[in-house]
Amino acid sequence: MPKAVSRKPTYMAYDKFTTLKSTAVPLPIENVDTDQIIPARFLKATTREGFGDNLFRDWRYNGDDTPKADFVLNNPIYSGKILVGGHNFGSGSSREHAAWAIYDYGFRCVVSSFFADIFKGNSLNIGILPVQVSPEFLNKIFLAIEADPKAELEVNLEQQTISIVATGESESFDINGYKKHNMMNGFDDIDYLQAMKEDIQQFETQRIY
Amino acid sequence: MSKQASTLFDKVWDAHVVRQIQDGPDVFFIDRHFIHEVTSPVAFLGLKNRNVGVMYPERTFATADHNTPTINQHLPVQDPLSANQLKALEENSAKHGISHWGLGHAQNGIVHVVGPENGITLPGMTIVCGDSHTSTHGAFGAIAFGIGTSEVEMVLSSQCIMQPKPKKMRVNVNGILGKGVTAKDVTLYIISQLTTAGATGYFVEYAGDVFENMSMEGRMTVCNMSIEMGARGGMIAPDQTTFDYIEGREYAPKGEKWDEALAYWKTLKTDADATFDKEYTFNAADIEPMITFGTNPGMGQGITNQIPSGENLGSGKATYEKSLNYMGFHENESMLGKRIDYVFIGSCTNGRIEDFRAFASIVKGRKKAEHVTAWIVPGSHVVEAQIKEEGILDILTEAGFSLRQPGCSACLAMNDDKIPAGKYAVSTSNRNFEGRQGPGARTLLASPLVAAAAAVTGVVTDPRELM
Ligand code: SF4
Repeated sequence: MPKAVSRKPTYMAYDKFTTLKSTAVPLPIENVDTDQIIPARFLKATTREGFGDNLFRDWRYNGDDTPKADFVLNNPIYSGKILVGGHNFGSGSSREHAAWAIYDYGFRCVVSSFFADIFKGNSLNIGILPVQVSPEFLNKIFLAIEADPKAELEVNLEQQTISIVATGESESFDINGYKKHNMMNGFDDIDYLQAMKEDIQQFETQRIY
Repeated sequence: MSKQASTLFDKVWDAHVVRQIQDGPDVFFIDRHFIHEVTSPVAFLGLKNRNVGVMYPERTFATADHNTPTINQHLPVQDPLSANQLKALEENSAKHGISHWGLGHAQNGIVHVVGPENGITLPGMTIVCGDSHTSTHGAFGAIAFGIGTSEVEMVLSSQCIMQPKPKKMRVNVNGILGKGVTAKDVTLYIISQLTTAGATGYFVEYAGDVFENMSMEGRMTVCNMSIEMGARGGMIAPDQTTFDYIEGREYAPKGEKWDEALAYWKTLKTDADATFDKEYTFNAADIEPMITFGTNPGMGQGITNQIPSGENLGSGKATYEKSLNYMGFHENESMLGKRIDYVFIGSCTNGRIEDFRAFASIVKGRKKAEHVTAWIVPGSHVVEAQIKEEGILDILTEAGFSLRQPGCSACLAMNDDKIPAGKYAVSTSNRNFEGRQGPGARTLLASPLVAAAAAVTGVVTDPRELM
């Protein structure tokens, strides 16, 4: 199991992301919603630490808190910093806690053939790279991990590519230039907005409401 | 040069762009910001760590709703973690000069119910909140959507967020709705046709006679559920129905300001020759009272239909089977007659006065089924007061129901209102995800009429038979 890394609740939003070479955890389920990623009853904290413990809580543990043996996070042969999910990953609630839980557990990158909008935005804001690949390539990744649970994936943000190390198969992914620049440098939007406050003030005075 | 034709969405969006970042998002100005106890504490913590303040506190409104109890609200909140979040909301609001409608306040209620109710939500505005059903406010011709906590922090500190402009979709529904078919059925129908990811990346405008003839409350129900098909939000052009609803509410413009506002609001419609990236058209006559049978809101169908077979789903078949398995249902079964255990009427989807009127219209003169537990939860104190004033409470009491106090309640089951594992609940809320209403809970989403029919018969029942 990947070791949970707790991040400090400081304004240094996240570490820089350039390249990531890692084994991956497969979760070939479609429409994984944020209520599954982190159930609402665990949203009661007033800081952002420790959510990793409850990542996929109800899929991961029985009602009596014993681990469910058949859930992938409880299977020691799978580990790594990349989570590979099915189509339409992260639908539902806007809770950023879902992204915090994934980050806090130790993932830095989520791969899917399709992401829900808010989840994608939240991930980028906190330093998780969502990598959208074609359904065919997603299937290849699942097959590669099935064949060898220690199969590595390599994500290169600069080049915008993801590859299956063993076979060398690779695909490119989209990310807008601004977000890419932020992730590669560990910058965040709030710093940017703080720096343009005068423009905002100017704009505000013209609002009718 | 002739002006380019634009959509309602373009008009409102473009008026709020402070700066366009090359190959990046727009810096997008937010007129109104709602906060609640669950998604705001970490944002305030961020402000503290950065040592920045709230830029325009008068543009943010706080209400406690997500984890609040729905009984004995006059007593201290029992759960220490919930109490802590409520206290944080109160303190953060006080510290930064944000108006705060805490537990017990006369204007307290679910954030998406109290905004419109008090005239805070107006046409042409941009509105955000750390809750995905912020899309509700789109019913007024506003651009409204849910945001994450990092974005809550952005709005507090700069009144802006970074957003790429979504693509545009129009969903038309034309014709006249049949008996027993409500706004909730219209939205569940659209989602069943488009699927839960069908509108991802889009902002939706709803158009056609069905929406033109719909009340504001119905429009809110429809826009509320936009997020359930993946859309960023949904909106409906403001018209006389909208203006009549707003006029006279506390925060609505008055006098000369009202006239000015009205003149502007009347320009908020899609030009005849404007185009959309995607467009769907449905026929009102095809919509029945709806009910969901699976674990996402797209898994819904007309109440008289049989659960579809997963035959042709390809790679999605395993997920489909997992879903039916969780629900304890089988392919090709009928939903009618299935025994249910709980009924929940409430939430920002169906927790407004018209919803309780609809519920009461069916239970009147009947009795609650003995084995059913019903949670009847108004969306706000104002709605609660209306229920009492209009005599709805008497009808409910007569039929064996009782009324709870306002809050999100079993919509997300953060408080004690949890449906027990394995039990079936017909709910007027918006999500039937696994465990959404409590670990192991099985949710059937439906309209207040379908919920009422189930509450009095104890089984899934076509409400048209009781009308
Ligand atoms: S009622 Fe449900 S959907 Fe609405 S604000 Fe509350 S938790 Fe969110």
